[in-house]
Amino acid sequence: MNWSLIIKTAFRDSRKDRSKLVLFMSSIILGVAALVAINSFNDNLVRDIELQSKSLLGADMTVGGNRPIPDSLLMSLDSLNAEQSTEIELFSMSFLPSIEQSQFVRIKALTGDFPYYGNLLTEPASASNTYKSGVYALVDDGMMLQYGLEVGDSIKLGELMFPIHGRLLTSFGSVGAGTSFAPPIYIAGKHIPATDLIQPGSLVNYTNYYKVDNGTNLDEWKRARRERFRNSAIRVTTVEDQRENLERAFSNLNDFLNIVALISLLLACISVASSVLIYVKTKVQSIAILRCLGMKSEEAFMVYFLQIFALGILSVILGVALGSIIQVVLPIVLKGFLPYEVTMSVSLPAMIKGFVMGILSTTLFALGPLLSVRNISPLKTLRISDDPVKTDPLRWLVYGMIVLSIAGFLYSLTKSVSDAVVSTIGILVAFLVLFMVAKFVTWATRKYFPKKASFVLRQGLSNLYRPNNQTQTLIVSIGLGSGILTLLFILQGLILANVEDMGAGNQPNMIVFGIENDQDAEMQSITKSFDMPIIQNVPVVTMELAGWQGKTKKEWLRDTTRTASRRTINREARVSYRAEMDEDDELIAGTYTGVHDGGDSILISLDQRYMDGLDLELGDELVWNVQGTLIKSYVGSIRKINFRKLTSRFFILFPTGVLEAAPQFRILVTKSPSKQVTADFRNAVVKAMPNASVIDLGSILSTLNDIITKVSYVIKFMAGFSILIGLIVLISSLFLSKFQRIRESVLLRTLGAVEKKIYRINAVEYAALGILSALTGIILALVGSYLLAKFVFELEFNISWWPILGIFIFIVALTVAIGLWNSRDVVKRSPLEILRNV
Amino acid sequence: MILEAKEIFKTYKSVNKELTVLDNINFHVEKGEIVAIVGPSGSGKTTLLGLCAGLDSPTSGALQLAGEGISQMNENEKADLRNRKVGFIFQNFQLLPTLTALENVMIPLELQGRPKGAEAKALDLLERVGLGGRSHHYPSQLSGGEMQRVSLARAFSNDPEILFADEPTGNLDEETGLIVENLLFDLNKEKQTTLIIVTHDLDLANKTDRIIKLKGGKIVSDQSIKSSSTI
Ligand SMILES: Nc1ncnc2c1ncn2[C@@H]1O[C@H](COP(=O)(O)OP(=O)(O)O)[C@@H](O)[C@H]1O
Ligand SMILES: [Mg+2]
Repeated sequence: MNWSLIIKTAFRDSRKDRSKLVLFMSSIILGVAALVAINSFNDNLVRDIELQSKSLLGADMTVGGNRPIPDSLLMSLDSLNAEQSTEIELFSMSFLPSIEQSQFVRIKALTGDFPYYGNLLTEPASASNTYKSGVYALVDDGMMLQYGLEVGDSIKLGELMFPIHGRLLTSFGSVGAGTSFAPPIYIAGKHIPATDLIQPGSLVNYTNYYKVDNGTNLDEWKRARRERFRNSAIRVTTVEDQRENLERAFSNLNDFLNIVALISLLLACISVASSVLIYVKTKVQSIAILRCLGMKSEEAFMVYFLQIFALGILSVILGVALGSIIQVVLPIVLKGFLPYEVTMSVSLPAMIKGFVMGILSTTLFALGPLLSVRNISPLKTLRISDDPVKTDPLRWLVYGMIVLSIAGFLYSLTKSVSDAVVSTIGILVAFLVLFMVAKFVTWATRKYFPKKASFVLRQGLSNLYRPNNQTQTLIVSIGLGSGILTLLFILQGLILANVEDMGAGNQPNMIVFGIENDQDAEMQSITKSFDMPIIQNVPVVTMELAGWQGKTKKEWLRDTTRTASRRTINREARVSYRAEMDEDDELIAGTYTGVHDGGDSILISLDQRYMDGLDLELGDELVWNVQGTLIKSYVGSIRKINFRKLTSRFFILFPTGVLEAAPQFRILVTKSPSKQVTADFRNAVVKAMPNASVIDLGSILSTLNDIITKVSYVIKFMAGFSILIGLIVLISSLFLSKFQRIRESVLLRTLGAVEKKIYRINAVEYAALGILSALTGIILALVGSYLLAKFVFELEFNISWWPILGIFIFIVALTVAIGLWNSRDVVKRSPLEILRNV
Repeated sequence: MILEAKEIFKTYKSVNKELTVLDNINFHVEKGEIVAIVGPSGSGKTTLLGLCAGLDSPTSGALQLAGEGISQMNENEKADLRNRKVGFIFQNFQLLPTLTALENVMIPLELQGRPKGAEAKALDLLERVGLGGRSHHYPSQLSGGEMQRVSLARAFSNDPEILFADEPTGNLDEETGLIVENLLFDLNKEKQTTLIIVTHDLDLANKTDRIIKLKGGKIVSDQSIKSSSTI
């Protein structure tokens, strides 16, 4: 091959018509910028949310149990090289000397810098930093309100008197079922010996908090030591575990962002392909001439491959830069509109991804049409023919590589071969459908051509099938574009509805605990007098597990082959009974028995996790110790508790007709509209029934709510941003289509068609293309979002049709508008000038 | 003998019928001859020229060009042959729109791997066709006659043994056409090239040595006109 000539020609050919070249490059730049910006936003927002979710736990990992952590384990923990804080949690009576009252409290004695994420909110704010410097206590705000305590009052914990240093507005810990309802009090760890509270038999939890370097994978670390933790009755919680409550929100977010990333790739591809394909088309005649003058087909191929490759690299670099700039500048521009501050930094992985995918897609999409360069006949110099260039069998190889790259990209997103394969097939099907619609359109307009229609209509419609028509390219790109817009629109709506449902706005935030049965009516009327809803009002019976599967608890504890942890076995069971299952729970197996028939077999319902913890199966026998009385029961049904709801969740449910006579109290769950109402309500309840405690979940919920707000915001933002980029890509590929149309329009012009006629002819063509492709795209999007909602997001598919109709009309209007704009360009220029340029 | 066509058939298959465009064509051209192929539009002139120049392949028959059998050659071999021994002039000029006049003229030389001296030679030829001052202009900046003169310069730049011209004046007005014609014949005389001109312009045809008449894909007459070979 004559390389110097190839390079020379490639360069020379690029000098003329720089403006055209810039237009083609801009399309690639835009596509790559979209890819980089979208992925960069993804990375930043996800990182931000991760950080926030860590503040639920306050650390990367907690390790704890009801005995001090064994030294052997501590040594292994040391190897993590982590920052560490310790906490001793005690349940004890406290004494309030100023009002001579006692209150059962949860004392948290801390050393170290915990919390590592988030803040312990106190009033005054400085108290959270200074309480460890002396004999001070931070006391739960709710408890202080309840007893009218002020900062500076004292509280006696064990043998030691603590001045109250501040009000505790937030606390750390799980929102889960095991939450203890005693109000928290924070003190410095070093005072514990002086309180003399730790006695044999006292209820103590030991917890260590760890903060590790970014690179450490704690979940792996944990998994490798699972057996050991189980045997030493130690509980290890990572941020990942803690997120359980937000699991749905996070998995929805993650799936959605994956879809957005894929869409960014598709947008990049449409952008790159539409420009490269048309670019090659404009070069066909030049190639024919070069071939005629004796250039070998490989050389002709190389000239344009080199040219496009060089332009591609340049555009991709510019695109990466532009994407990074957009990503950094946009949040600054939008600052006033953001619900929270996001620290945006350039994401290197996103840049690399953008670069690689940009080069790959430019090369592959250029390769397809360029391969046919090799088959461009020199005969084209003698006869202007618009015969489709012979297709090259190597094209299939290129197509295969494109499909493989998409599958590879999907695999890198989902880390699942089957997901990648299924989604790739989905995309292929979408393409195939659009392709077939295009084929059908050309075939059908030719076959059922309205021969008697007006000149304008006939010309416009015949544009759809005439040689060198743009039906296929435009139907595929408009169809894909409108499909993407619709899909994003539908999905974000579905997911937002679901995620916001999890937010604190709809969640109860107060639990009244310890109501006697005969106080039930009064409690209900107090709640109603505050205009607060009774979200849940249920009886609770505490009991202990006495044995199961025919063996007693003692026998089980001695059994070395058991898998159940000591903790699960010893845990006090908080049981409720009800005639009907909670509608938020999901029945997995068996049938829920609501009313006991008086026979021998009491059929209870257990949560799946509880079943797994004890290795139980449907029908197994369990014996309970209810304050000295043994009750034998059988597993009648298995449920999956919906942890998204913050109402009181019961692992164990009895039917009615068994526990009514057992010692019990009631729990009432409600929702307070404001802090003030919470305080007033608390006072009213405590005055009427001193035995009840009112627990405010507001502080925990506010963190949760923060996260939910962010998740919804990220979804909205990414959807909006991608829709915007999608539109720009769509518009630019429509603009590019003018190069394909110039010759036809000019010819008509030369033949004497007046401006108005050309506009109308083009309007007919673009309207037909717009309607058909938008319709196809929207139908594809409906099918796609239905499948995604059902199988990926597991959401109910209900959508409103008006906005979708709006999208349809908008796309058709946009297509026609740009079509007219394109013809304006032709009409305004003199036919002579264009003839020479063609 | 530089060109020989033996029993050439060319048929196009359309959807349901076969169209015989060239029907048993036989002729040969000697070195240095100037031949006009004439005939009504659609008679197969361009098709025949495309075949002889190795731009297309016949449905059947054998073609010898510059001593090589092009019927058996593959596309790249034909391309190479065209580059070394053939020059072209087209009705619609076919200059590369993105290259300057000079670069267009240089292309055949550069394709031969002879970049040295290519520029001087190309400039020389442009000078010869009266466009020395326009060498850095793009085709879009030239008139039709000027473009055709550039393409003349290009056709002669690789010193072809045989030159094919398809309606070289077809797109030009009479006056400009005449200038191009004269240049063509002058250059041809200088370089002693074989020249095959397809035309329906009888005045032009009469300036050649020999006229082959085509009609309906068949040669209907083939006569030499020795008397008026020069003007
Ligand atoms: N690719 C093709 N497919 C079908 N018919 C063709 C094709 N190319 C040329 N023809 C037909 O061949 C005949 C001769 O064409 P052509 O050689 O261009 O004639 P001329 O140059 O003498 O005007 C015409 O009838 C034309 O329609
Ligand atoms: Mg012709």
